[in-house]
Amino acid sequence: MKGLLNLKSLGLITATATFISAPIQAETLRLLTWGGYAPKNVISDFKEETGISVKVTKSNNEDMISKLRATRGAGFDLAQPSQDRISSAQADFDIYKPIDLSKINADQIIGSMFEATRKSTMHNGKVYGIPHVWGTSGLIVNRKTAGQVADYTDLCDPKLNGSVSYRLKRPTLIGFAFAMGEDPFAAYEDKAQYQAILNKVEGKLIECKSNVKAYWSGGDALLNLMRSGEVNAAMAWDAGGWKLNKDNKDITFVAPKSGALGWIDTFALPRKSKADSAAYKWINYVMRPEVAAKITEAAGNFTAAKGSDDHVNETLKAQFKESFSQEAIDNIQWYPPVPAGLEEIEGKVLDRVKAAS
Amino acid sequence: MPPVSTASLSNTSRIGLWLLLAPILLWLSLLIILPHVDMILISLQERISSRNYSFSVSNYTEFFTEPLYWNTFVRTAVMSVIATALTLLIAFPVSYYIAKMLTGRLKTVLFVLCLIPFWVSELVRTYGWMIILRETGLVSTFLQWLGLADQPIEMLYNDAAIMVGLIYTSMLFMVVPLVSTLDSLDNSLIEAGYDLGGNSWNVLKEIVIPHAMPGIVSGCVVVFMLTLGNYLTPALLGGKDSLWFTEQIYTQFITRFNWEQGSAFGMLLLILSSLIVWVGLKLSKQSFSKVMS
Repeated sequence: MKGLLNLKSLGLITATATFISAPIQAETLRLLTWGGYAPKNVISDFKEETGISVKVTKSNNEDMISKLRATRGAGFDLAQPSQDRISSAQADFDIYKPIDLSKINADQIIGSMFEATRKSTMHNGKVYGIPHVWGTSGLIVNRKTAGQVADYTDLCDPKLNGSVSYRLKRPTLIGFAFAMGEDPFAAYEDKAQYQAILNKVEGKLIECKSNVKAYWSGGDALLNLMRSGEVNAAMAWDAGGWKLNKDNKDITFVAPKSGALGWIDTFALPRKSKADSAAYKWINYVMRPEVAAKITEAAGNFTAAKGSDDHVNETLKAQFKESFSQEAIDNIQWYPPVPAGLEEIEGKVLDRVKAAS
Repeated sequence: MPPVSTASLSNTSRIGLWLLLAPILLWLSLLIILPHVDMILISLQERISSRNYSFSVSNYTEFFTEPLYWNTFVRTAVMSVIATALTLLIAFPVSYYIAKMLTGRLKTVLFVLCLIPFWVSELVRTYGWMIILRETGLVSTFLQWLGLADQPIEMLYNDAAIMVGLIYTSMLFMVVPLVSTLDSLDNSLIEAGYDLGGNSWNVLKEIVIPHAMPGIVSGCVVVFMLTLGNYLTPALLGGKDSLWFTEQIYTQFITRFNWEQGSAFGMLLLILSSLIVWVGLKLSKQSFSKVMS
């Protein structure tokens, strides 16, 4: 009798426990993303419609890979790495799982981008990424004090002594290589040639190191440096330039002569994610044109959602047109997938630049 | 050990001993020893191709053959030694004043004043220094207002700024051991020193410093290890040339995905810094057990 009672109460407890825990598990989406990609208003509208709450962790490309590598792909239900950083990370660390394209509402997504991302995130014949937000990196210039800057190498102009900033990361190396007349993307598969190009870039970066005020690492730090006038020209993302342009008309984003570097941030499923259906719901939800426009307002970058431009405010459209002529758009250098092993070469070059005096 | 204890009593007391030891043993083995063993194992691997690793010591030889990493370590160690010495130089008079010159409430107040900056996080303190030192910051603006400078002065992003930040961060860890050892010095010994015809310098050199030596050394060891392992302050206050060894480890792990190299650097930092501390103890003729008691 006692045993039976215990069994009963145990069953009751288990039932209650599952009752309590099940909805919590099913209704949270743990999203690993960039600042601005999951604005509060979108999250609360999404919760109202689906009952799923979204827990956001802000991150960047390297951090995403490191976080997922440490847990072997657990801890998050949806991540947003750039398209060029997926296949090599998957090859090396096995942190993602393939995307079930039948669950994606592909009609909402711009066809060419969908196709390009499908190809670049392919690993062993399976697709790992869906495009979300795209943008470029190039130059943020204070036209009053550094109007002459039109390409990456112009950051070495002696007149800008001590008032230049950029990141000590791979986009800087790639950008300088293009501005110096090389094509680093074409050399991706040939390590020796890539090394030779980077050696040239290294020499240039060390030579004009005295121009650098500080190497920025967080977007906000750079915006502060530009806003206070301590830095007059920098290498950064387009959205940062447009954000500054709102407060100070002199500062804006300039697409470099040798081509702005184009990136596409994607949706990718971590290998041990626990809320796949919620993840697919979120993807299909944020790709609706009117929702995508809200994300554009928050992040400052356009999305791969069809027809969302119609919902975006006029200021941003005007800023985009001012920075990008049709020619500049055609000239954008889109990042191809990074083959494994290149990061090591780049890392050593960056270390040597930092150590040089 | 009293010989009268019965078998059952010693059994229970033994269980009690193990129970009392359990938390610290678990802590040590799960959070310190196991991760370090794992780190050693990772550091002895080399990436051949995707998901394919083999045994190798190349990560360690890399440190000694690539002058960049070696120089970074030496630079970090030298800067840490200087920071430790400067901290001691600043903290000693402060501690002496608190321990010997003051009594009662004022003593507590001054001691708490040393403690208060540590109620906010290190990040906030460092940002505070950034606001003070930057080109459009407090000091620069004040100097211009006084007319001492005719254009903004940049005081951030150099080694001096790192030094200021490091000393500020580690001040407390020097003051606390110094105050407690100086407190234990009998005032009559100092008076006797003066009565026997010594001047202030003699008294300091022959009585105060020898007595405070364990405190000085333990403070120095703690401050040195804290500065050497500091990541935030050099990263935020340091300029474009600032290289700190912990930053190297961070980049290897996070931006290069090279955990093997990062682990090797981590182990080397542990070994080399222990070595430096050991040399320091030998030079000051102190033993580790005496200093840490």
